Amino acid sequence: MRALLEARGLRLAFGGVKAADGIDLDVMEHEFLAIIGPNGAGKTTFINMTTGYLKPQGGTITYSGAEITGRRPRDIVRRGVARSFQLPQLFSEHTVEENAALAIASREGIWSPFAPLLRPAWRQEARELLDRFGLLPVAGQRADALNEGTRKLADIAMAVALKPRLLLMDEPTSGVAAAEKMGIVETLVRVLRDARVTAVFVEHDMDVVERFADRVAVWSQGRIAALGPPAQVLADPAVQRDVIGIERPAAGVAHA
Amino acid sequence: MTQPRIELLLALLGAAAMVLAAMATPWLKFVLTLALAKGIAVLGIMLLLRAGQVSFGHALYVALGAYTVAFLAPSMPDAALLLVAAALGTTVAGLLIGLFVSRYREIFFGMLNLALSMVFYSMLEKFYHYTRGTDGIRVPSLTVAGVPLDRVSYEWTIFGMALVLALGFGVFARVYLASPLGQALSAIKTRETRLDFMGVSSRNVLLSAYVLSALMAGCAGALIAMTSRHVTPLLAYWTASGELVFIAILGGAGGVLGPFLGAAAYELVRVYAAATVADMWQMILGAVLLLVILFARGGIWGLLSSRLQRGRVA
Ligand SMILES: Nc1ncnc2c1ncn2[C@@H]1O[C@H](COP(=O)(O)OP(=O)(O)OP(=O)(O)O)[C@@H](O)[C@H]1O
Ligand SMILES: [Mg+2]
Repeated sequence: MRALLEARGLRLAFGGVKAADGIDLDVMEHEFLAIIGPNGAGKTTFINMTTGYLKPQGGTITYSGAEITGRRPRDIVRRGVARSFQLPQLFSEHTVEENAALAIASREGIWSPFAPLLRPAWRQEARELLDRFGLLPVAGQRADALNEGTRKLADIAMAVALKPRLLLMDEPTSGVAAAEKMGIVETLVRVLRDARVTAVFVEHDMDVVERFADRVAVWSQGRIAALGPPAQVLADPAVQRDVIGIERPAAGVAHA
Repeated sequence: MTQPRIELLLALLGAAAMVLAAMATPWLKFVLTLALAKGIAVLGIMLLLRAGQVSFGHALYVALGAYTVAFLAPSMPDAALLLVAAALGTTVAGLLIGLFVSRYREIFFGMLNLALSMVFYSMLEKFYHYTRGTDGIRVPSLTVAGVPLDRVSYEWTIFGMALVLALGFGVFARVYLASPLGQALSAIKTRETRLDFMGVSSRNVLLSAYVLSALMAGCAGALIAMTSRHVTPLLAYWTASGELVFIAILGGAGGVLGPFLGAAAYELVRVYAAATVADMWQMILGAVLLLVILFARGGIWGLLSSRLQRGRVA
């Protein structure tokens, strides 16, 4: 296996806060890498830098052999890196189906002023996608009418619709009801494995991490404190004290 | 019947009603031509409203289209050619200015457009040698397909051009708004950054709508010049831009019929108000705007379409 994404020495500070303080990380092709760590550790910042939303003050990011450091989000997406958001970013005046279709349109080319967005082929693809996420029943609802967990899923579905090679998910299960969580993650993982997508996901639920991650990276104050297989990392007393000790009780509860 | 079919039917009925009204009351032809022209310009404003952007400067393109006609008419008196020239000129201007203003949003977008239109206004006023300043320029008699026309046929011709353009732009806007590009406009309003994270340049999406809106305003300006036969810098004045936004809100931004309903209502009320209560025109405008904002956010089209929908459900 080779690294699909290579981060080297990423640094970014907001005022005095070091959100990234020398991040070195290789994400291997086809692996599922979980990122865990306390609030404010810099997990979202890492995703923001990788997807071009924030420009690192130092270090480099290489994707599939090409350097993408500081490039625009648009350029990075077009190379095959998609993301979902900690707070779902949906088009609130559109239906769920239209949201998905807009993602498909973005992938296929949006510059056609004559054929409708909901053309048969895209509509069918959108509905198949929503079906895999169990979202078909709400396909016709406006995005702003959905509950938190459903919005989250729709947000991820839109990222998946882009058919990325690398998908970065920021807390995909936060806001999802505890009872539904495992089923949803299972579905999601199946969809991603089928599409041979490499995935990085920030996760606060250690059960999810244990079951679905190939490797875990532990974030702490802008650094990677530990990295390895879940069984090994989660058993580390320091990780248990600093991350799991705080996070376990919070798992399953909607996370700000 | 599907929603687009109903809208098309209403548009054709409206067009027929206008033709009948113009036949019954000849002086209405002038008012209705102006209403159609303004409706076309407002249609462009509506595209930008879909993206949540309000331009307070689109009179610039109306005036540019009108002055293009006035400048070229002496050497090229054919109405169709003049219309094409105005369309081309305003499209190019819309592209150049759009490349700049499409970087800005909301109040900055609105005010930049306003500022540019005021620069244009003062240029029209100051370069007297070319524009005859506030006196404006008279548009000489035009020909249609090389033939000079008598007054009545000429008026009918311009009225017909306005009607055909209004229908054409209306149908195009309807199709455009349902397309991915048109839908991306409302996506700009609600979650612009997501578009960029899906690989779409939201700026170019807005730019495409901006260029279209400039083209529409330019054609409107050409029609206004051909109808009124006199262009003045007032066409570019900021109140003229405000009027377009006013009509957009009055007619409703929810459908492509809104701009035309708004423009027709606006022009007709204005004519009757001028004849009966001349000094109260501003007050009527203010009161109507207040009523629309308080009680009918969807404008005239909003009221009409909700009634239609209720009719279909029942
Ligand atoms: N755009 C920004 N401007 C200023 N400070 C920021 C910005 N983004 C992040 N920060 C700060 O950087 C630190 C890391 O933030 P980040 O969002 O990456 O943490 P996180 O690990 O994702 O936390 P959480 O689990 O709460 O989502 C925090 O102290 C945060 O306040
Ligand atoms: Mg975060």
